[in-house]
Formats: sequence, C-alpha cells, structure tokens
Amino acid sequence: MVVPDKKFKQHSIETLRSRVIVERDRVTSTASTDFPHNYPGQDLSWDLEKFKENFKIKINRLSKTDMEFDMIGIDAAVVNAFRRILIAEVPTMAIANVYVQNNTSIIVDEVLAHRLGLIPILADPTRFEFRGDANPTDMNTIVFKLQAKCTPKANVRPGETDPNKLYNHATVYSGDLVWEPKGDQAERFKNNPIRPVHDDIVIAKLRPGQELDLEIHCEKGIGQDHAKWSPVATASYRLLPEILVNGEITGDLADEFQACFPKGVVDVVVEDGVKKAKVVNPRKDTVSREVLRHPAFENKVKLQRVRDHFIFSIESAGQIEPHVLLVQTIQVLQEKCAMVKRVLQSNLQLD
Amino acid sequence: MASSSSKHMGDLKQDVNDKMKGAQAHAEALFGGKNLADPIPTDKWKLLPAFLKVKGLVKQHIDSFNYFINVDLEKIIRANERVKSDVDPHFYLKYTGIRVGAPERPDQDAISRTYTPHECRLRDLTYAAPIFVDIEYVRGRQIVRRRGVPIGRMPIMLRSSHCVLTAKNELELARMNECPLDPGGYFVVKGVEKVILVQEQMSKNRILVDIDRKGFVQAGVTSSTMERKSKTYVGTKNGMIYLRHNSIAEDVPIVVALKAMGMQSDKEITMLVCGQESKYVDKFAPNLEECSKRGIFTQQQALDFIGSKIKAPKRSFNTTVRRPLSEEALEILATVVLAHVEVHDNNFRPKCIYIAVMARRVVMAMLRGDLIDDRDYVGNKRLELAGQLLSLLFEDLFKKFNTDLKMNIDKVLKKPNRTQEFDVYNQLLFHGDHITSGFVRAISSGNWSLKRFKMERAGVTQVLSRLSFIAALGMMTRISSQFEKTRKVSGPRALQPSQWGMLCPSDTPEGEACGLVKNLALMTHITVDDEEEPLVKLAYILGVEDVSLLTGPEIYLPDTFMVFLNGSILGITRHCKKFVAAFRRMRRAGRISEFVSIFVNDHHQAIHISCDGGRICRPLIIIENGRPRVRTEHITALSQGKMTFDDFLKRGLIEYLDVNEESDSNIALYEREIIPESTHLEIEPFTVLGAVAGLIPYPHHNQSPRNTYQCAMGKQAIGAIAYNQLNRIDTLLYLMVYPQQPMVKTKTIEMTGYDKLPAGQNATVAVMSNSGYDIEDALVLNKASVDRGYGRCQVLRKYATLLRQYPNGSYDRLADPPIQPDDPLVVQEKFDVLDADGIASVGERLKPGQVYINKQVPTNTSQDIGVNSRDPTANAYKNAPMSYKSAMPGFVDKVLMTTTENDQTLIKALIRQTRRPELGDKFSSRHGQKGVCGIIIQQEDMPFSDLGVYPDVIMNPHGFPSRMTVGKMIELLAGKAGVLRGQLQYGTAFGGSKVEDMSRILIEAGFSYSGKDYVTSGVTGEPLSAYIYFGPIYYQKLKHMVMDKMHSRSRGPRAVLTRQPTEGRSRDGGLRLGEMERDCLIGYGASMLLLERLMISSDIFEIYVCEMCGLLGYAGWCQHCKSSKGMSKMQIPYACKLLFQELQSMNVVPRLQLQNVF
Repeated sequence: MVVPDKKFKQHSIETLRSRVIVERDRVTSTASTDFPHNYPGQDLSWDLEKFKENFKIKINRLSKTDMEFDMIGIDAAVVNAFRRILIAEVPTMAIANVYVQNNTSIIVDEVLAHRLGLIPILADPTRFEFRGDANPTDMNTIVFKLQAKCTPKANVRPGETDPNKLYNHATVYSGDLVWEPKGDQAERFKNNPIRPVHDDIVIAKLRPGQELDLEIHCEKGIGQDHAKWSPVATASYRLLPEILVNGEITGDLADEFQACFPKGVVDVVVEDGVKKAKVVNPRKDTVSREVLRHPAFENKVKLQRVRDHFIFSIESAGQIEPHVLLVQTIQVLQEKCAMVKRVLQSNLQLD
Repeated sequence: MASSSSKHMGDLKQDVNDKMKGAQAHAEALFGGKNLADPIPTDKWKLLPAFLKVKGLVKQHIDSFNYFINVDLEKIIRANERVKSDVDPHFYLKYTGIRVGAPERPDQDAISRTYTPHECRLRDLTYAAPIFVDIEYVRGRQIVRRRGVPIGRMPIMLRSSHCVLTAKNELELARMNECPLDPGGYFVVKGVEKVILVQEQMSKNRILVDIDRKGFVQAGVTSSTMERKSKTYVGTKNGMIYLRHNSIAEDVPIVVALKAMGMQSDKEITMLVCGQESKYVDKFAPNLEECSKRGIFTQQQALDFIGSKIKAPKRSFNTTVRRPLSEEALEILATVVLAHVEVHDNNFRPKCIYIAVMARRVVMAMLRGDLIDDRDYVGNKRLELAGQLLSLLFEDLFKKFNTDLKMNIDKVLKKPNRTQEFDVYNQLLFHGDHITSGFVRAISSGNWSLKRFKMERAGVTQVLSRLSFIAALGMMTRISSQFEKTRKVSGPRALQPSQWGMLCPSDTPEGEACGLVKNLALMTHITVDDEEEPLVKLAYILGVEDVSLLTGPEIYLPDTFMVFLNGSILGITRHCKKFVAAFRRMRRAGRISEFVSIFVNDHHQAIHISCDGGRICRPLIIIENGRPRVRTEHITALSQGKMTFDDFLKRGLIEYLDVNEESDSNIALYEREIIPESTHLEIEPFTVLGAVAGLIPYPHHNQSPRNTYQCAMGKQAIGAIAYNQLNRIDTLLYLMVYPQQPMVKTKTIEMTGYDKLPAGQNATVAVMSNSGYDIEDALVLNKASVDRGYGRCQVLRKYATLLRQYPNGSYDRLADPPIQPDDPLVVQEKFDVLDADGIASVGERLKPGQVYINKQVPTNTSQDIGVNSRDPTANAYKNAPMSYKSAMPGFVDKVLMTTTENDQTLIKALIRQTRRPELGDKFSSRHGQKGVCGIIIQQEDMPFSDLGVYPDVIMNPHGFPSRMTVGKMIELLAGKAGVLRGQLQYGTAFGGSKVEDMSRILIEAGFSYSGKDYVTSGVTGEPLSAYIYFGPIYYQKLKHMVMDKMHSRSRGPRAVLTRQPTEGRSRDGGLRLGEMERDCLIGYGASMLLLERLMISSDIFEIYVCEMCGLLGYAGWCQHCKSSKGMSKMQIPYACKLLFQELQSMNVVPRLQLQNVF
C-alpha cells in the first residue's frame, strides 16, 4: 500500500528546475533556470564533459519521410534552434521560375507557377549552388519541361463521363514534368535522376484543346525566403510527459483514471482482487489534462513534463530523408557558430 | 413520467406499456397501421429545400415578373384597347391580344436569332424579347386583322418563364455559359445586370387609424385603382370629425359629407357610425349639431357647400359647358374621394357605409387610445416587386405609345388627298422604339417616372453586386423602404415583432439606411394579385349578408362581424368562427388560392380577407387536434422524392400565412411546445434569418449587432462568384484562388449553395497575444501559410473602349506599335506588349504605363472630308491609347472584340492581378470580427502545438470580451472536432452541433475538452505559460486591400484654377490639412507651420501690390497708377489672388493696405 503524500501539491526545487508543471488552467515553471548561481549551493554552469555524459539521442522511429527521436539532456534553446533551422534554413531545390510558352488551361499563369513552386523536387541540394543574381548554369539550375496537350481518346466506351478516361492529359500531374539535364547534370545525377518527389500531385486539369507548354527552372533556396524551399512539412518537438500519482487509484476510479488518458498510458491491473491503475507509458500521453478536470483525482495526480527530454519529430516533405536533414541542420548550426566565432575573433583582434 | 419518483417508476412503466399496447391495437384498427403515437418528424427541415425549389429567395421576383408578362399585360391591353381618331370617326384600332416572344438578338443580319444572357453581358446588349400584339383596325372600308405585330422589346428577367435559361439542366446551362447556382431574377440591360429592388409601401385601400401632425386621431385610406391614386382622411379637429381630401380645399364636416352623398337622416347617420352604443353617440353628437348650425339639411345644400370648397380643377381644353358646382362636387365624391369604393348608378350607399366605418374607427380611437393602428406593423405593408413596377411602367409607355400613334394617325388622316390608302400597320411598325427605350432607360437609370400618378422615384434599380456570390444573393432579397433616410424617427427603423419569420432580424445596413433597408427571411413568399370575383362569391355562399341592405344597429350587433375583402366592405356575418373556419377549409382543400388570407380582428369586429399582391407570407405546418398534420411518412416520401412541396400544400398539411393571419394564429415553435390552442407549427426556427445571416455559425450565441456586422461584411468577402466567373468580363471582379467551404457550416449554407461557391478559408487560429502587432483587432499571419496560398486572390478589372464611327465618315482605328526611326527593330518599352493588331496579347505582363489598346482618333470628326481629298490633315489621326495605370504589374487575361447594338466596335480588355495577403489587408471571421493584417511572421517564429501544428492566423483575445461573440468560440471548437473526426460540423442557428459533443470528440482525440492546447513558443522554444485556444475558424478576406488604398505624395499635380494640390488618390492628390486640423495648429500657436502648410506647400504665389492704390500690379508696375512707385512684392495664396480678381470682375474692388509689422 502506497501512502498518499500530504505535501503532494508542493514542488521541490529539483522539480521546478527539471520539470515543466502542467496545471489545470496554466503551465508553470516554463522557463529554463539552469544557469549558475540560480540555486544556492548548485553550480549549474555549463560543462562540456558533463554535457557529453548526460546527452543522449535515441531514435524511436525512422522512415523515408518521418522520424521521431528523443533528445535528452539539452537546453530548449538549442533544440529550438534545430527546429527553426529545419523549417527555415536547410536548403532544398524548388521551382523558382516558370517560362510560359503556352497556357490555355483555366489555371492562370501566376497560379500555375505558384502551384508548380510548391512541388517538392527530388534533387540533392548540396550538389548545387545558390544562384543569386548570377546567370543560370548547370551548377545552380535544374530545368524541367512540361508539355501537355489535352486530346480526346479514341475507342472510348460510349456514355463514359470520367474525363480521365475520355481525354489524354485530362489531369496534368507532377509526374508529367520532364527533367532536361543541362551541362553534365545527366552524368552527375545518373544514379539518382532528378524528378518530383511525388508523381501524383495535380498541377492542372485540361480539356480538349487546352494545352500547357512550360519551361521550368529550379533553384536552390531556403525556407526563410519561401515555404516551398522548406524541407519539412513540419518539424516540432514536445517534452516527455510525466504522470505522478499520489498513493493508489483503485476500483472503478482506476477505470475512470485510465479513460482520462489515451490508450496505453495507463493500465488497470488486478492485484489481490482490486483494480489498480498503473501508469505504464506516460510518453503516449497527449497532455489533454482531462484527468485534472475530475474532482475525484484532485490531489491525486500531478502532470509534469521533463524539461530537458525532447521528443523531436521531423516530417520531411520528401526531398531529403529526415535523418539526413538532422545532420544538415547540425551543419547549418555549426556554420553559424563558426561564423559568429569568426566575427567575434575579428572584432576582438580589432580591439 | 419523468417527474414521477423512481420507486413507482417500474410499475408505472408497466402500466403505461400495457395501456399503450391496447391503444396501439385500437389505433391500428382505426387508422390502418398509422399509429397516433408515431414519432413526430424531427427532420421537418427537409421541407425547406423543397420549398426553396418552388418558392423563396429570388422566386418572388420571378413569379411577379411571370405574372406581369403572362397575366397583367393582357389586362393592361384590355384596359387601353382602342385607339380612335378625332378626324375620322369610322377609324379605330383595337388591340385584341398581346404576347411576349422568346428573347431575340437585335442584330439585323444574325443567322441564329436566339441569344443567351451571357452574350448580352459580354456585348453590352439588352436581354429582351419582342412584344407582339394582335390588332384589328379599319383600312379604307374594311376591317383588317393582323396577328403578331411587334410594338417594342421587353427586357426579360433571367430565369423567368420567357428566359432561355428556365428548366435547363446543368450541362445545358454550362453550354450557355451560365452558372446553375445563379438565382436569376435580374435583368441584363446594356450589358449591366440590374436588379429591381423590392419596394416597401403602406398597404393600399385599407383604413389605417393614426395620429396626425397636430396630435389628433385620423383614419386614412390610400385609394388605388387602375386610373387613380388618392388619399382620403377622416380626421378630427377639436373633437369634431371631418372628411379631408386633396381635391377639396377645406375640411368637410363628416355629416355634411354623408349628407352630400344622399344620407339625409341624422338618425341614419348616427346609427351607421355609432350603432346603438351611447358612448359613441355622445362623442359623435356634436358633429350633427355643427351640420345643422351650418344650416345644411338636404343633399343639395351639402353638395353646394362642398362644391364651393372644391379646388379649381384643371380643366381639359375640350370642356365647353361649365357645370354647376354641386354637380362637380357629386362627381368628385363619386370618383375621386375613396376612389376604390366604386359608385354605380349614383348608388352612394356603399361609399356612405365605408365613410361611416372610417368615422366609427375614429370615434373608437378617440375613446380608446390603444385602437390606433401601428403604421410599422408589417401586416400594414405591401411589397412592390419587379412585375408590379414594370406593369406600371408598361401601362404608362403603352398609353404614350397610343397617344403618339393617335396623333400620327390624325396627322395622316387630316390630309385631304392621300396617295396611298392609309394603313395604320405601317404607322405601328414605323413608330419607333418608344416602349423599348422607355424600358431600357427606366431600368438602367433606376428612375421610375410615371405621368399618370405623378410618380417620380429614383434608385428603383441597382447594379447587381457581383462582389461575391452572397452579395448577389443578398441583393435579390433586399427590400428598400420609401421612408426618407434623413427623418429622425425610430419607429420605421425598429425591429418589429411582426417581422418574425418574414424579414431577417439581422440583415440590415449600418448607418443612415439602418432598419429602412431590410432583407427577406429564408422561407418567405410575396403574393401576386389574385382574382377577387370567386372570393366574393364564396363569401356570399358561406353566409355573408350584403351590407347595403342593413342599417347601423344591425351592422354593429355584438357578435356581428363585418367582412372585408381587400379593404372593401363585403358584408356582415353573424357566425364569425364558422365562417372563418369554412373559408380556411376551402383554402386548405385547394378550392381557392393558397395565398388568400383570412383573419379576424376582434377589436373592430371585422374579418379581413386579402388576395392582393405584395403581402409577405410563409408556410407553416397545420396542427390539428394538437398534432401536426405533417407526419414522418410524409417527410420520408419527401426525401424519397415521392412528394413535393406543392403536394404538402395540396393535401392541406401546410399552408401559407401572411403577417395578419399569422398574428391571428397560435404558432408553436417546437413540437414540445404544442398546447391545445396551437394552430400551427413552425417548420424550422432558423428560417427567421435570411440567406446572408444564414452563413453565420451559431448566430444564436452572438451579440445581435455582431450578426448584423457580419451580414454587411459577408457581402464584401472575396471568393468564388459563379461557375461562369472565368467567362465573365465585369468592371471589377475579385476571386479567391483557393476558396474552401467552411468546416462549420449551416443548413442555410447548403441550401443557398455557399458551400459550392464559398468566400473564405478555414484558417487554423491561435487566440493569443503575439508580438504586439496584433493589438486593436490586427491579425498576425503565418508567412508559410501565405506562401502556400492562404488568402491569395485575383483582381480582374475591365477596361473597355469603343471604336466610333463619326458622322463625317471617319472612324477610330487601332494602330500597331510605332517604329522608332533610329532603331526600327526595337519596339519602345511602352508599346512592348502590343500585338500587330494594336491590342495587347493575352497573357502579357503589363507594366505601369504600358499601352494595351493602341487606339487612334481622327483629328477631324465633324467636317466633311471628300472621298478623294488630298488634304493630309483631313484624315490625320491623333493617338488616344489606353495605358495601364495601376502601380503593380498586371496580366492581360482576356480581350474581347465585338459589336454593340448600334454596330460600334467594342473592345474590352480584362486585366488581372494576383495578390498575396500583405500588411494591412482586411480579414474577417463570420462573426462581425474584422481586422487587418498587422504583421506577417515567419513560420519558425510561430508558436506550435505538441503535434507540430503551426497556426495560420493569430488573433488577439481582446477581441472577445466586449464583442461577446461566443459563436466564434463554438465555431472553433466545432471546427476542431470536425477536423479530428474528418467530418463537417453544423452551426445552424438554434441548433447545430452541441458543444458537449464537440468536447467529447476532442477528448477522444487526446485534446483538452476546452479546445485549449499546450503550446510552445517558436522564439524561445519554451512552453507558453497559458493554454491557447487553438483551432480552425473560417476567415473571409475582404475586398479592402492596402494596395488599392495606400497613397502618399510629396510634390505632384495641382488643380488648374486654384493651383492647389489636387484631391484624391486617383489624381495623385495631397492630404488635406482640414479646418479642424487648422484649428489645432492655431490653438497651439504654431504659426509658421500653419503658414507652411496652408500657403508655402500649397499654392504660394508672388504678387506685386501698389501701396498707393492697393491694387495688384505686375512685375513692379501698377497699371492703375501707371507707375512703379511704391510697389511691394509679397507672397499670398494663389486662391487669395484669384478671389481678388474674381471680386474685381464683379465690380468689387479689394484694396490691400500694407504695413510693416516688424
């Protein structure tokens, strides 16, 4: 039998330092306080060795487009930097200029160009340069052609109404983009030819007599300039939830308790003929705070989140695999740090 | 049962169950399987879409127009059927029939004669059909009959019975470039879509008791017949009752008036006015006294008295004999006073009774103040629709047409020797397009001027607003009132309880027209005129006694009710309830029109039957024996398509009630509220709102003005306009690139088709404060959302020009881009986009200043130019190009080249801009919460939820407390639940998805029940200490965009006359430092700033003043003194100098006396 703690509601200094406290109507202890002289008797100054010792990365899930990993023992500012860089500063290739030779579809040129721009292009951006104001070359530009003319199909079953069966090119998909290698691009990318990530993105719908004839130039860019260059659909993190139970929750309350959380967070086990609620996997909790609404659990449950345990999720848009993205993110951050360092050094030298 | 205690519950239930079983068996035997306890239909709202199929929203316009074309035209023709000649008494022309054909192309050499409304829109034509008449006339010595003679063209209302679009399916409509969701009900005149607004008026031919300007009681009647409109009052002055009419200069004592009409007995008069009630007699007695004091006892005396007071009548020129005044008086009393009560064979009895009834109403109101009628009561109002207005116009035009024709006929017939036999047919054909142009002029200008009634009305028509689909729809339901907007009376503007279900309580503009411009509710119909004859017969069959045969005491017996038909007295009945019930039964059985209304007014002891046009009515479910007649099986049959709305009417399950009858009924809002007295059941409560207010989700949770604001703003939202929007060339067209249907919709939305032509997007909103750029209702937008197409819109503007032909044979022309002499291969940038034909090619990007139509105009357009003229200046051309003016580049979207009705070449160019949201663009949710974009923030700086969701829009929570738009909060909750469930939620008024259910869905999906999420700051990476209300809200982008408004200038153009900076953005004008600003500067003492603003930066001018004569000189020389001595140079505003000179020009000499101040 676990005895309920009378001072359950109070938080220790250690809790305040290492946990974000999720209350019913607010979040407290949100800010990181891990800096020297903040707590009496604790040093807390940053130390590389200590960091190396505590820091952990654990990959939970990894696929072509999705990745979830834990980052433990690191400050929010740094994790946030990763997130921000992922969204805004990891370069990709995207369609930047569209030269319209002919467009008789109902989608007007600007909108067509905008739609094309948002198509993720599978091309390794590290093998290209930023174009800037320079002339397009094979080192900074990828050229696609899109030619589609809608014509009636022969031998259509009478009474057919599906336009895709009635006409050729009734729907123009991203798969209809044809890469035109320039310079030595054909050679350079022969193992991994440049193409849109997805072949089934609808670009436009055509009807007989309508035609698209476009030359499309892709450039290297970053998400800060336009979301089309962002390599991720979303990148975010959450803190590891923690559910603290004061004493034991038994009987029907246990079922009720279980119902307050998503599946798999709380198990109800029968011990000595009594149903008992056990928190088994707080990680799965979505922090809906449902449990805090119930008066029955007042003073029995405390929700917290571990301040330095980040469950990071990357949803790649498909151009770059998420684990590669993470590496590139770190590289971008390193470059930035190096740059700051350089600037600082040169400034110091001047003084 | 619910209230019984639980202990007995079990027993009771058993008991009830047993009883039910017994009853069931019994009922089965009785009703053939139909159980009395059948569940009452819960989805009776399905009647609404069925109703909208046959009536409602725009249908009233179409019905009214159809009535005009198919019925009223015939009547007008019959009323004016003969044209005679003053010269030849044997001649006559008689119209025997009239018909409107199918819409036809006016072009002479067209191969196909039929055309579509869309062609008219594009080519600036009028969508009209020829009017054919059948005539019979005298030619020489024989009578000739001709059928199908065209006399003019009638503009055709879209989707009316004569329109090519009626009864076409979606595919056929698409072939005609028409949108299936477009409601029709408007006209296309000279290429412009025009709506004839519904006009609100006081009802005609009804007695209305109110207070006149001096505070006395008066009963007024506006008589309206085909020939005449006049107002008659029976009013009081110092306790006496008088008859008042425009044609009589002085008030006529009521007794005198009655005596003049042949009612000579005082007793008879008293009885007819007061019956036998002594309090009325006491009140009325002084009137008899006064009459006898004036010495008027006989009809002749009374007529002489009135005759002397008659306003000098405008005599027509052909009168020869002057009649005695008394005869004049008799005629006026018979035909002008109370013109709608007709006098046949000098039988004044009905008119006497009518006046007596009016006098009685006045006496009653004098004694009881609460008997004064409410002028603003909707039942006292009539709505005038397109058909009625056109019918008035047509009759006027037709009369004018006939008088002109007659004059022409007379002119020809006057000639003694004609070379040809006179055939009036030729006259008719050559008679020009008087009727056609009359229609076109009236509809396109909106000025309805009718000579007959001296009616002069402006602003009857308006251009159909195509800003958004809902704006067009809203315009079709709009009702404009005849009240002047400046009068400061609150009565007509106030919300009337009687407008429940008839007029939308929310949809009215703010500001001066507030409450005067109204909108129809969703389920209303406006009646058209109906035949009176059968109703009169029916009433007599059902036991109405003719009033002319009765005396006063009989008429006013306690349970005797007077029966009125459209305001005229029909008779009396002694069995009020029976009569009304029988009458209603006939209506429900379909023996008389469903729009005839009957109601009892107990105060006046009167039964009113109405079948006149312009009454607002709406359908309701009939309750019989405490149970609604509409049952589940009916609704099932309806949803299976086995029954239509009309079947419900025919079977007597539902019926139409007008406002008056509605007030006389007991209407239950819900089934659970039915009591034994209930007579009707509401079909669906949300139909109290109109089509525009129907867009608002959960409007019953909002503060009422917010709904009104949204009604105004929904019409400014950019979205999809119609399926044919890309084929249209409108002056200004706003389109949203990726419109979405709202996550939280309403039943009204589905019925109006707003989900198919939406105007807005579902934005993920975080209700929080962020960055300080969101104060005062500003919104923070996510840049990534904007990049991905959120709020993106297109603005298409039409630029048109005509290539004219001039009387001298010269004509405008288009020219190719000019060749530069020095470099013939390079085209100037200004002309870069032009094709060889002198018009910009489609798809070209237009930079500001570039020419898109290179038109040239001949220098000489009036003088004759000889065919072989050698004079080169005679056919020289000067450039008159159309160049692109906007600050932002645009694209040529479409170019149209066509000819108009009078064979002028018309070129229209449509120029398109695609705009992404920028700082200052206006957005609004559907709850009257507008705001401008305050800042656009990078995605990475935005807060994000645990799932990695970034908001599209951040809205400041300060928008909520004072506005109390709880509906918006519920919309967010329902929207979020809908997203998580993958289904659309409903926010229908007085219903919709329940908050509790929404919260449950949120909890099941792992979210907080409250909709508030745990959110991490994108800037610090640490969690926010508050939970953020986070979810989708439907946001509209409004047409007000910064790009069209921003304006600044340093130096720039000046007005020619005053040399002051021009005014307005379009002229690159300056920003005015106005009087009030000037006052501030004076108060502050900033004299130098004042001087700088008002003179130096404006219209500074240097003058020379002669110190001798004080007049202005020039360049150091005084022309007046002929000397250069004492000339001072000074600076004044040019406007001041202008004033001096203008004064001099009118012989006022302003002299300046100069002094040294410093």
